[in-house]
Amino acid sequence: MELLIGQMFAGLSLGSVLLLAALGLSLTFGQMGVINMAHGEFMMAGAYTAFVVQRSISDAGISLLVSIPVGFLVGGLLGLVLEAVLLRRMYHRPLDTLLVTFGVALILQQAARDIFGAPSVDVRAPAWLQGNVELLGAPIPLTRLFILLLSLVCLAGLVVVLKGTPLGRRIRAVVLNRDLAETSGISTRRTDQLTFFIGSGLAGVAGVAVTLIGSTGPYLGTNYIVDAFLVVVAGGVGQIKGAVIAAFALGVLQSVFEFSTTASIGKVLILVLIVVFLQLRPQGIFSLKTRSLA
Amino acid sequence: MRVSVTRRALIPLAAAAMATALAGCGSQISDPASANSTASSGSSCVDTSGSSVKVGFINSLSGTMAISENTVFDSLSLAAEEINAAGGVMGKQLEVISEDGASEPTKFAERAGKLIQQDCTAAVFGGWTSSSRKAMLPVFEANDALLFYPVQYEGLEASKNIFYTGATTNQQIIPALDYLAEQGTKSIFLVGSDYVFPRTANKIIQAYAKAHGMEVLGEEYAPLGSTEFSTIVNKVRDSKADAVFNTLNGDSNVAFFRQYKSVGLTAASMPVVSVSIAEEEVPGVGLENVEGQLTAWDYYQTLDTPANKKFVAAFKAKFGADRVTSDPMEAAYTSLYLWKAMVEKAGSFEVDKVQAAAGGVTFEAPEGTVTVDGENNHITKTPRIGKINSEGLIETVWSSPKAVEPDPFLASYDWAKDLAK
Repeated sequence: MELLIGQMFAGLSLGSVLLLAALGLSLTFGQMGVINMAHGEFMMAGAYTAFVVQRSISDAGISLLVSIPVGFLVGGLLGLVLEAVLLRRMYHRPLDTLLVTFGVALILQQAARDIFGAPSVDVRAPAWLQGNVELLGAPIPLTRLFILLLSLVCLAGLVVVLKGTPLGRRIRAVVLNRDLAETSGISTRRTDQLTFFIGSGLAGVAGVAVTLIGSTGPYLGTNYIVDAFLVVVAGGVGQIKGAVIAAFALGVLQSVFEFSTTASIGKVLILVLIVVFLQLRPQGIFSLKTRSLA
Repeated sequence: MRVSVTRRALIPLAAAAMATALAGCGSQISDPASANSTASSGSSCVDTSGSSVKVGFINSLSGTMAISENTVFDSLSLAAEEINAAGGVMGKQLEVISEDGASEPTKFAERAGKLIQQDCTAAVFGGWTSSSRKAMLPVFEANDALLFYPVQYEGLEASKNIFYTGATTNQQIIPALDYLAEQGTKSIFLVGSDYVFPRTANKIIQAYAKAHGMEVLGEEYAPLGSTEFSTIVNKVRDSKADAVFNTLNGDSNVAFFRQYKSVGLTAASMPVVSVSIAEEEVPGVGLENVEGQLTAWDYYQTLDTPANKKFVAAFKAKFGADRVTSDPMEAAYTSLYLWKAMVEKAGSFEVDKVQAAAGGVTFEAPEGTVTVDGENNHITKTPRIGKINSEGLIETVWSSPKAVEPDPFLASYDWAKDLAK
């Protein structure tokens, strides 16, 4: 029983990490169609932001809370620069964005190594996040609980922005039909920039969050980028709710597989499952219905 | 009118994106297909007529292994500088030629070939991962050249062209198990990264446990670089084992120890013995996560020997007071001095004469006196169990009463008979 609860929470927690990593990507990849291989490196930038902030604010609790908005800004600004300098020149050449952003990812990794050194750095978890709470005898790590809450807050924020603000309406309009949106007077250029800013910013927040569970090093992003793409693709490109369902489903399933077999086999089973699922339903869990002539 | 790509078309592109990312990871651990492509037999071109002699250093100065191998390179450089300041080897100054293995076994093989054939070095020092050593082995054998390999490894190998100055299994893993047994450990849980070293080590641990009445309650592997340990940690906690034997490599240790601690497991309730965490790795893993946990090595910076004090002081003077020294660094430093001693005993830089002279050569190393075993080209070492202290250094809590003879094939252990096959 204790173990079962522990495992169920492990699944949810893994799902929340996947969701955080994939949320920004579901905007930039899903809504804009940009294959941003540097998304993981934006996460890394967020993680190093947490490290830098902690160096100037020694209280780990305050520095974590400060790091979240700062991480969002750092990730977002990196995204803006990438968009302005490179991506806007190749919106209609997805394969080129794949290669270019992969190159950018390598550059960012090397930059991190040059600035912070090759070894991982240590970001301390605040005292109030150390330890665990007991739920029917099962220890629920507080850091995991925090990440779960943070992912839900980010999700809620994103939904509010997309559904309830003029900016969100513009983003959705551009996704549905770029040409019609443009003829209606929406500046698609500006919308693209803002979408990319938010998507990349969310990567920065995810980066701050994962410093609580893993190591902070130049390769941090490579651990998450594949999973993030898997979530977005399985959820249905362009669908936030699809990404949410896919993230938690993959998290829970991976924990179940891993528990009943081993970590390596669990990962294999998940990939097999996704391959089979995409064979049956190539558009993912949800598909976007659009009247654009694409 | 603008042409846009359909969302459906993005899916294969995303697959391509993932394949690219996976390929990036794969290349770090892949085995070389052309390991001996650069190898060819030919007589040595080492030039010893001048006032200097060339030696080669081969370390990953870039790529994922650069973290670790840069420290070995620093340590080798220090040894070369010291030897030159003291008059060189047989009166000849060492001229170091350094090559970057770039964390890729194929690159190691290719660069090793260059060091031997083009640069005509008298001996080569370096390598870290077992795959890099395995890739270089045929090159050194085909050219009949010498490699000094400074890292603990999984044993079951003895080439006459390689001198192994790191620990083999009976100088690190078996003593660690002896220590646990001595402490009354009845059950253990094995956690490792999914590649050759942990799997080989755990095979040995399983055989040991079976022969010594110790129970292995679980054996779990995480993919290299994995940061998700919730499930493994749950299994470990549920097993209620007396101790955990950790063969995880690299950054996975950070995630493992953080998540281990977050479910309430501590060094007091369930100690973890690690074989890949040295002084250099502690800050990255986070001192607060590993303080009080155990490590198994043959050298710690805190060792109280005159040779070590001199080594640590010289290293800090050259590279900065905040730098630390670790087991592989000490083994690398020792390897250059051992080669010097071999050459001087042989009275020649020629490979066959150095090989013939190697047996019995000793050096007063920072870890204590080490002696080369002429049979298997390994060296005697003193296994030590350490505990990570509040400064991030490692204190010796147990030390083998005397230096342990290398036994890479575990021939002297009855219970290990089936392993070497």
